Amino acid sequence: MKKWLTICHKDDILPNMGRCALITAQDQQRQVAIFNIVDRQGNEQFYAIDNFCPFSKTNTLSRGITGDINGQLVVASPLYKQHFNLKTGQCIEDNTVAVNTYSVRCDNEHILIAINKSAEEQSNDH
Amino acid sequence: MSTKIKLVVIGNGPVGHKFLEELVATGKHNAYQITVFGEEPLPAYDRVQLTRWFETRQAQTLNLVKDNFYQKNNITLYSNEKIIQIDRAQQVVISNSGKQLPYDKLILATGSYPFVPPVKGHDRENIFVYRTIADLEKITAAAQQSKIGTVIGGGLLGLEAAKALKDLGLKTHVVEFAPRLMAVQIDDGGGKMLRKKIENLGVCVHTQKNTQSITAGETTTHQMNFADGEILATDIIVFSAGIRPRDELARQAALAIGERGGVVINNHCLTSDNNIYAIGEVALWDNKIFGLIAPGNAMAQAAVDHLTQSGTREFKGADMSTKLKLMGVDVASIGDAHGNSPNARSYTYVNDREEIYKKIVVSHDDKHLLGAVLIGDAAEYGSLLQFMLNKMTLPSEPESLILPQLEGSSAGIGVDALPDSAQICSCMNVTKADVVQAVQAGATDMATIKSATKAATGCGGCSALVTQVLNNELEKQGISVNTDLCEHFAYTRQALYHLIRIEKIKDFTTLMSKHGSGLGCDICKATAASIFASCWNEHILNKPLHALQDTNDYYMGNMQKDGTYSVVPRVAGGEITPEKLIVLGQVAKKYNLYTKITGGQRVDLFGARSEQLPDIWQELVAAGFETGHAYGKSLRTVKSCVGSTWCRYGVQDSMAMAILLENRYKGLRSPHKLKMAVSGCTRECAEAQSKDVGVIATEKGWNLYVCGNGGMKPRHADLFASDLDDVTLIKYIDRLFMFYIRTADRLQRTSVWLDNMEGGLSYLKSVIVEDKLGIANELEQEMTQVIASYQCEWKTTIEDPEKLKRFTHFVNSQQSDDNIRFIQEREQIRPKPLQEITIIEVN
Ligand code: SRM
Ligand SMILES: Cc1cc2nc3c(=O)[nH]c(=O)nc-3n(C[C@H](O)[C@H](O)[C@H](O)COP(=O)(O)OP(=O)(O)OC[C@H]3O[C@@H](n4cnc5c(N)ncnc54)[C@H](O)[C@@H]3O)c2cc1C
Ligand code: SF4
Ligand code: FES
Repeated sequence: MKKWLTICHKDDILPNMGRCALITAQDQQRQVAIFNIVDRQGNEQFYAIDNFCPFSKTNTLSRGITGDINGQLVVASPLYKQHFNLKTGQCIEDNTVAVNTYSVRCDNEHILIAINKSAEEQSNDH
Repeated sequence: MSTKIKLVVIGNGPVGHKFLEELVATGKHNAYQITVFGEEPLPAYDRVQLTRWFETRQAQTLNLVKDNFYQKNNITLYSNEKIIQIDRAQQVVISNSGKQLPYDKLILATGSYPFVPPVKGHDRENIFVYRTIADLEKITAAAQQSKIGTVIGGGLLGLEAAKALKDLGLKTHVVEFAPRLMAVQIDDGGGKMLRKKIENLGVCVHTQKNTQSITAGETTTHQMNFADGEILATDIIVFSAGIRPRDELARQAALAIGERGGVVINNHCLTSDNNIYAIGEVALWDNKIFGLIAPGNAMAQAAVDHLTQSGTREFKGADMSTKLKLMGVDVASIGDAHGNSPNARSYTYVNDREEIYKKIVVSHDDKHLLGAVLIGDAAEYGSLLQFMLNKMTLPSEPESLILPQLEGSSAGIGVDALPDSAQICSCMNVTKADVVQAVQAGATDMATIKSATKAATGCGGCSALVTQVLNNELEKQGISVNTDLCEHFAYTRQALYHLIRIEKIKDFTTLMSKHGSGLGCDICKATAASIFASCWNEHILNKPLHALQDTNDYYMGNMQKDGTYSVVPRVAGGEITPEKLIVLGQVAKKYNLYTKITGGQRVDLFGARSEQLPDIWQELVAAGFETGHAYGKSLRTVKSCVGSTWCRYGVQDSMAMAILLENRYKGLRSPHKLKMAVSGCTRECAEAQSKDVGVIATEKGWNLYVCGNGGMKPRHADLFASDLDDVTLIKYIDRLFMFYIRTADRLQRTSVWLDNMEGGLSYLKSVIVEDKLGIANELEQEMTQVIASYQCEWKTTIEDPEKLKRFTHFVNSQQSDDNIRFIQEREQIRPKPLQEITIIEVN
């Protein structure tokens, strides 16, 4: 079961850029990189993956340059420039590496991210 | 062990040295006990490039002996020791210091000497020849007390010597006996054009002058008296009236000698004595002396093959085509330049406006090229030479080879048609096959070809042709010369630059919709950002430019391995007041930043979290600091030395110049980073010769060096212009930087840019100094615009709350990134090593 957390106003994430959100769930904190990708028609679409870069072991993916490689939407890690697919989390240069992806939507001009509900929350969901 | 064959080499010039290199290359040199005698005080140096000695006045730059070659290969070299006798009966040589050395095999590589005609007065003081480094040293010393210099002899070497006198600041004359310059190599029409060009250099040309005597001058050291009664006043005279083989040892030892001198050799370079070889300019083959380096090298190879029985190369004559290597004067002569061959036809193209003269001599049926003369534009030298050497069939209208190329038509020769054995570079004896092989081994650019094959590293005359072979081969191998920037733009960086500049494009969406496909990527976005900045110089965080910036540019600091950033304020020229130094210390202390003096004469503060950057810079800007662009592909630092203000040797104010240059070019974004330095004298404490642009003070002004590099593949900068005044210096640098920005590839330092440039340094000089492309004004204006629109990026940023928003780590929290952790080391922070951080798995 999912629960949607409101993160920020959509204008806080500028076109074709990323931003890092702090998400607290089940007493754990997690850093999620949210991206606002604008297609050639001008439509905005949001994506979310881990902010943690498995190569440099730093929380920096939200600061990468976005774009597309062979039709896949990607962000380039700012330190060593590996590319991650924004939809699947898969690393383009190394298919053994992937980061987590998160459901994200824009509702009433706000960005929401889905996280799994805790067992406690789920039991309250009647 | 005494079983070794005793091999003695007399003469340690370029050819004698080449012989030893070839011998070592066979791997059989250990069978010999090798001894070399050289009369000159220095080990072998590059005589072909002798004139380049003036650039540095250091013999080292001409040195041919690399990596302890002699010691490593157990070769004994006696420099400064002349052999005075060969005793063929005893098989010993005797030196001027009394050494007696037995030989089994002897190599004569004694070269030649400049001929000085027995004109009355030729032995007066301040009369020189132009052959050795010692000669140039003497000429330089004498020039300091002189005003006028005269070269006797208007041949290839004479003109080179005249240019050298001119560059030494003398009023210069060339006196030639024949009716025109370079009479041997070029025809009448070419001679006229050449004369104009030489006169344009500021050298007075006197032809048909027969010098009868040299006497004391009235106000000058000498007076030259010509047969026609005219006189010429001069302080220095340099004889360049031809060369004569140094065959005196061979004569004495009764070896076979030619009628007009030269030691007679056969195809194996053996003399009339089976134990003695002669190679280089001392040798006479088929009654000919070869006064060029390439035949000498070929003789060395033939001699080695015969001596060691390790190959079958023979010397079978050589082509005497030549190119003059004077800056700004393109002159080339190929084969039968005078059209002396029976029934030969010739075609001529003359352009008085651009002072170009071209002639080809072809066979009576228009099928084969026999010779050519090129003055003013020798671009076709390489391909014409190939047509002749390989007896290739000419196109149906041979004149098309020298007519100006219309745009789109292909120039000259199809390199595909060349045989593999075609010699592409004669100086270094590199064939087409050698270049092709290098490409197959992975070389994809000129810089790599040069270091792999040595092609185009001698006189440079072949570089256009080598480039053609390279490109042709790349294309053939389908390593396709894909110069597209990335999958989104089917353009080179250079083409994209022109589109942006000409169509005045200022944002990525427009660029994309007009010329690209897809959404873009980290390569094209960062490149576009850099070009926008070079052209329009808007603040990099202005919307929507900000989304194109690499993180280093976005945060205006270099991201470190742990995700923190570095802070490097500009310290122009490395000069800093105590007050400012204290501020740096205070800021570093307050924010607990690791502090280090950089290799660029300034201070780097490491370990700043993104959210701290605005506060840190607020304080720095308040204290008068500006951003140092340590993060940008842009001007970094201008390194300096104290120069004449403090140093006992300084001859100019290098500090003031360094600060001026740094403030002039700060913030200039370019294809890659730019580094500069200014030294106050030739001791070069600022290491200017390792920079993209280096400036070294001279008594008269500044010497400008370009395209040096430290880093991964160091490259010494090339001397570009000498004794410039401040204004000219800056003018040249303005043009150079803007030309680099226009034409370089993405992330190509100036060193690689130059190494890949067709025509190399002399082409670059012709664009920047002589304005061959007519763009100098434009380049200067573009630079003026960039300079006028400079702003400190950090200052503007901290004044704009909108821009500051994104510096917090989280969009929804004021917390810091808890993955950034430091430990203490030597009383400062450093990132906690990774293994000590346990990464909390959050899945
Ligand atoms: C800080 C400093 C080392 C130091 O502790 O002294 C340094 C640090 C870095 N150098 Fe450097 N270089 C520093 C002087 C040099 C020098 C010496 C000099 O400039 O006199 C060189 C050789 C000279 C040259 O460039 O020709 C140098 C050659 C390089 C290279 C190799 C360039 C090349 O052409 O081979 C790189 C890599 C690159 O640019 O691709 C590099 C790249 C880097 C980067 C930017 C690597 C990176 O991308 O993170 C380093 C981060 C800087 C930072 O965080 O601020 N750095 N680097 C020096 C800063 C000088 C300054 O005040 O701005
Ligand atoms: C200014 C200049 C520019 C030139 N430009 C070009 C060019 O562009 N292209 C080109 O192809 N060629 C050029 N040349 C010619 C080229 O330099 C010569 O062809 C080449 O140097 C010949 O080499 P070598 O070893 O045979 O003779 P050398 O270079 O003369 O060397 C012979 C050496 O032997 C020494 N020696 C002589 N006798 C004795 C003895 N008894 N004992 C010990 N040592 C002795 C001499 O001192 C000398 O060092 C140029 C020459 C000059 C001077
Ligand atoms: S380069 Fe010359 S002027 Fe500058 S510090 Fe060194 S010795 Fe002094
Ligand atoms: S021909 Fe002289 S460098 Fe190649």
